[in-house]
Amino acid sequence: MASTKMKIKKSKSGGYEVMVLAKHPMETGNRKDKKTGEKIPEHFIENMEFAVNGEMVAQANLGTGVSKNPLIGVGIPNAKPGDTVTVSWVDNRGESDSAEKVVK
Amino acid sequence: MKRRIFLKGSLAAGTLAVAAGAGMLTPKSVLAAAWPKAAFDSKTEVEALQAFFGTSDVEQSDKISIKAPLQAENGAVVPVKVMTSLAGVEGIAICAIKNPRPYTTSLRVTDGGGGLYSTRIKMGQTSPVNCYVKAGGKLYMASQEIKVTVGGCGG
Repeated sequence: MASTKMKIKKSKSGGYEVMVLAKHPMETGNRKDKKTGEKIPEHFIENMEFAVNGEMVAQANLGTGVSKNPLIGVGIPNAKPGDTVTVSWVDNRGESDSAEKVVK
Repeated sequence: MKRRIFLKGSLAAGTLAVAAGAGMLTPKSVLAAAWPKAAFDSKTEVEALQAFFGTSDVEQSDKISIKAPLQAENGAVVPVKVMTSLAGVEGIAICAIKNPRPYTTSLRVTDGGGGLYSTRIKMGQTSPVNCYVKAGGKLYMASQEIKVTVGGCGG
């Protein structure tokens, strides 16, 4: 179920920008199942961590207010070509996924 | 009636305990802080800011630019991009004021990070979206109103 895609592009303001697309339902806990009428429990990504060469540069805190299949972009101004960027996320049920890419 | 309230309360306490347990079990790097639950649960913006940044003294800044649509057709997916030229960025937070839980998302930045954060948020109704940036120990903000034709907060 889990799949995470990552893209690194040059940022206009200098440095690089990482775009991450994580496949996730991001349930708010307010929605109801149309067939049973029961509430669908909360299910969302809590933390997403960005690391360059194993060193954490940013941590995004997501909540139920973030759209389903979140697309998150973060700037990494100090990254150089050849650096490895790792992204990993954990949701409120303890599920997790990660992706890795080398800066071109 | 009282019994019902009691049951609700104990249920909520139960889920809290489960969430805390899950948080403790998941492997995390040393630098990473825990998910700021208090901020996400706040009903007002000021509370959320206190919980996340530890301060609610805010200064308007023109060094923060928000890239977001003036009118969003679908409230379930509203792209918001925050860029800042402030030096020493420590954190960025986005609040959609009129959402049931205004505190939408945030980013913690360490030394190697930059002042750029883009995401897609859900909005229940037309509301100003406030973007906060903490840089050099001070809190700055910029705001933009986004019109929403179809809400996207469950229901």
